[in-house]
Amino acid sequence: MAVPKVCGIETEYGVALRGAADANPVLASSMLINGYVEHRKIGWDFDDESPGRDARGFAREGAAPPEVETHLVNTVLTNGARYYVDHAHPEYSTPECSDALELVCADKAGERVLARSMQAARRILPAGQEIVVYKNNSDGKGNSYGTHENYLVDRSVPFASLVRHLLPWFVTRQVFTGAGKLGAENGASPVAFQISQRADFFEEEVGLETTLKRPIVNTRDEPHADPQKYRRLHVIAGDANLCEVATYLKVGTTAIVLALIEDDFVDKDLSVVGPVAAMRVVSHDPTCRAPIELSDGGTCTAVDLQWEFLRLARKYADETGLEACGGETVGNDVLDRWEAVLSALERDPSTLDGQLDWVTKLGLLRAYVGRDALGWDDPKLSLLDLQYHDIRPDRSLYERLVRAGKVERLVEEADVTTAMTEPPSTTRAFFRGRCLARWPDAIVAANWDSLILDVGSDPLRRIPMLEPLRGSRAHVEGLFEECTTPAELVARLAS
Amino acid sequence: MPEREQKKKPAPKERVDEAAEVEAPAKQGEKIKEELDDLLDEIDSVLEENAEEFVRNYVQKGGQ
Repeated sequence: MAVPKVCGIETEYGVALRGAADANPVLASSMLINGYVEHRKIGWDFDDESPGRDARGFAREGAAPPEVETHLVNTVLTNGARYYVDHAHPEYSTPECSDALELVCADKAGERVLARSMQAARRILPAGQEIVVYKNNSDGKGNSYGTHENYLVDRSVPFASLVRHLLPWFVTRQVFTGAGKLGAENGASPVAFQISQRADFFEEEVGLETTLKRPIVNTRDEPHADPQKYRRLHVIAGDANLCEVATYLKVGTTAIVLALIEDDFVDKDLSVVGPVAAMRVVSHDPTCRAPIELSDGGTCTAVDLQWEFLRLARKYADETGLEACGGETVGNDVLDRWEAVLSALERDPSTLDGQLDWVTKLGLLRAYVGRDALGWDDPKLSLLDLQYHDIRPDRSLYERLVRAGKVERLVEEADVTTAMTEPPSTTRAFFRGRCLARWPDAIVAANWDSLILDVGSDPLRRIPMLEPLRGSRAHVEGLFEECTTPAELVARLAS
Repeated sequence: MPEREQKKKPAPKERVDEAAEVEAPAKQGEKIKEELDDLLDEIDSVLEENAEEFVRNYVQKGGQ
């Protein structure tokens, strides 16, 4: 039986320290996170933007940056998110969300946290230096960094079933998840523009690796939940998305497809021949018309295969309902959106400008090619490709398009701001976030599946949180009203 | 397909503005082009200087 598709996104951001001769990305990433944590503790006011001035009352013009701990910085925030340095990138993991819309909001809040972190870092860097952050997956020089999704899945589903259906799923969903990219990498055949930033970097079908020989289906098995009941499916084959419709569809449709697999609903073999090669074929074709070979004979396009998944999803919705896939409202809205996007991809992909990142980016590139008569290898286009993903609100080309009314948003900015500090109310993130907000000094360690508290007397107390849906506002709001100290909380939970 | 994208022929972005249905097509096309030009001018103003150097300097460590 399908388990509720609790989900989250973890994003490794690109990071650049500008104006410094010797840029250390681990140091820069640490400064971002430490800067943000300090800002939250002290409550710095960013309205007064004086880069050299320190809130403690003295100017840092020309001074060297303060000693920053370079052992890997790792923090959990009051919204239940985890913010840390990973492989020389700042990484932001959203709290656990129970539907795609909640996750769009949480993911966008992560971008705002990174933007706020850049502001915080600017205050302690010497004049002329700046840390800039990019939400993308490729530097154009052979290096890739990931945007990973996580989904709660029933442990009893054979992993082989997941692999079998997820391979064609990940190969074909690129048509709406891709963030667009100029050129090809990692030995892939040359192309002027492709749909996905990640496609060229996948070399295996299944495996445990994440940094080299990347597999389309990742086998990491760290459930961070009751291991008898649950699997956390760790998805590395997605792009970093800025368009909210793209994020919404990426997560919403994948949740439904996973439920289909859990409930043994896939009634035909949708496998493709050579998924690794097929992934590149699909990505390298912005017309979305390239044929891919099916294992049981014949060929079809990626969109054709997506229609098959949608057909199954509609049938599933009719027969089983979408309670496990974010609920009926979000679930059915995802189905309708999915259908509209597939129709548009078949008719004319450019009509999805403002909804899908690769289409929006391609439209921008084409506009520049048209106005300035540029070749597709012009460095200006590479700059546009990169700066689309700049997270600084005043420099981000994506944000510029949003302000020009060219992008469809699904969440209110006020809700995104709230999600920077408030956890989702529907999952255990609520309990984690609330404890951190109320008793920050008592939380010795915060993990996905436990909290360790100092209640003022030995020993430290560990609160297990093995059920992702337990610890929601509904469950624990009363508890927080009645308990004023961590000791009381622990006592109440033990009783 | 790669060959299609490498053509040097300019391909202006066409947008259909549904609210402008009643306007004459030529006028509508001009308005759209003007809006697009304004947008590109705005983007020009925030683009990093020296595209080639900037892009060359953007190097990341491989992540997951």
